[in-house]
Amino acid sequence: MTEEIIIAGFGGQGVLSMGKILAYSGVMQDQEVSWMPSYGPEMRGGTANVTVIVSDERISSPILNKFDTAIILNQQSMDKFEDSVKPGGLLIFDPNGITRFPKRKDINIYSIAASDEAGKLGLSIVFNMMVLGGFLKLKPIVNLENIHKGLEKSLPSRHHKLIPDNEKAIGIGMELIQPIQVLES
Amino acid sequence: MGELRLMKGNEAIAEAAIRAGCDGYFGYPITPQSEVMEYLMAEKPYESTGMVVLQAESEVASINMLYGGAGTGKIVMTSSSSPGISLMQEGISYLAGTQLPALIVNIVRGGPGLGTIQPSQADYNQAVKGGGHGDYHMIVYAPASVQEMADFVATGFKAAFKYRTPVMILSDGAIGQMMEKVYLSDPVPRRTEEEIISQCPWATTGRPPTRDHNIITSLDLDPAGQERLNLVLQEKYRKIEENEVMYEEIECEDAEYIFTAFGLSARICQKAIELAREKGINVGLFRPITLFPFPKKEIRELGRKVKGIMVVEMNAGQMIEDVRLSVDSDIPIEHYGRFGGIIPTPDEIVNVLENKIIGD
Repeated sequence: MTEEIIIAGFGGQGVLSMGKILAYSGVMQDQEVSWMPSYGPEMRGGTANVTVIVSDERISSPILNKFDTAIILNQQSMDKFEDSVKPGGLLIFDPNGITRFPKRKDINIYSIAASDEAGKLGLSIVFNMMVLGGFLKLKPIVNLENIHKGLEKSLPSRHHKLIPDNEKAIGIGMELIQPIQVLES
Repeated sequence: MGELRLMKGNEAIAEAAIRAGCDGYFGYPITPQSEVMEYLMAEKPYESTGMVVLQAESEVASINMLYGGAGTGKIVMTSSSSPGISLMQEGISYLAGTQLPALIVNIVRGGPGLGTIQPSQADYNQAVKGGGHGDYHMIVYAPASVQEMADFVATGFKAAFKYRTPVMILSDGAIGQMMEKVYLSDPVPRRTEEEIISQCPWATTGRPPTRDHNIITSLDLDPAGQERLNLVLQEKYRKIEENEVMYEEIECEDAEYIFTAFGLSARICQKAIELAREKGINVGLFRPITLFPFPKKEIRELGRKVKGIMVVEMNAGQMIEDVRLSVDSDIPIEHYGRFGGIIPTPDEIVNVLENKIIGD
């Protein structure tokens, strides 16, 4: 199994930390992982993205131009990464702030209204984990026990009191995700 | 196997330095390597192992602090990125001329000039062919993973002391910034003053009555003396070429064509190999790990077995010169590069292989 993922959105949405928790969970599951953040001028422009690879085998390139899954949290990232999803791949987006919906016909598309839901429940701080939950519902590449260990490892100990909220958010995200376009398998 | 962590390349370098018994780090912040000093400042090794961590007033100051520390036999290092490393060139030449051990880490960004903060490999020539003035070399390691970022710190210190020479880790912004699994080796204690005195008889550790002063200088106004020093250096570089070559061959056994690439480019080429082999092209990768000494013999032998070599670098064609000097068979040797912080994609690399090498 090799899963190549791009997570992209605004800085502050928890894009990098979502990737880090996923990567750490992969480590806890004894898999090979890489986490490659955008750190350059795009960060200064307010957008952030991270490439995460989780694999049973040694990872070749940490930098990719085609992905199995794109998790997209703003319009700029939709414009930039919709075309980067491999045919038959998966695109997940949060409709909040999306003005142009994805057009591809050869990929699976799901929507997750995580920022609205997180705002309603007062869980905005763990919005990113709702999105991660939605992804894991569709592609359970790491199990919840290892996500828990990943949270413990990647969050500084002063934030460990937030772990229950993070896990709750993953559960909510799993319920929240909705199919928009599902290819015949 | 050591302690398992998920770390950025820059953090791995810092942690590995503490664990290798480093005595002093001197640096000045610059993207994309500022996490090296940030990590050290957060870990506060000066409170645990006694390792000095000092933010100097400039890169020129840090390299000269390194010069001073190395002169006393201490295990010292600095890190910077391309424009900062350019500022250090005078000091590096002095370290080579006075035969002092030190580790310099260059997390390369796109140039020339202030350039960009995105990854690049355009400092190959500067690292391998000199950079500073005079006939000298550094041993240059090119890590391609976070694990190697960590490993080459201890390897680098060891080689620096074995040959009394400055050593460089030549990496790039992507490997510095990305996180991968890394197994950290167990910490070794810093050497005691007594150990330094016995292991480094050349160091300025205070003159006992039993010997003359140790004087560290690169100035010898007598040309005969200066030539003698140069001959000593050249003999040392030949020994390094004999003993310190490191390289990796990936899927070369049945390869008709090979990519040659170092560092990040070598990782991207591994993806390109996967794509090319799906198309039925038998291609492998030859990855020089030491850039000086360059694995000349090994690539020469490989060149006699394959139909073509494609050198992939994030520069306009620098290592390809060493490949061409080494390979003696009549096969196409072509270059593909992107510059200024743009990273070549695996697809691009396969296309160029098909059009420029196989198409011939």
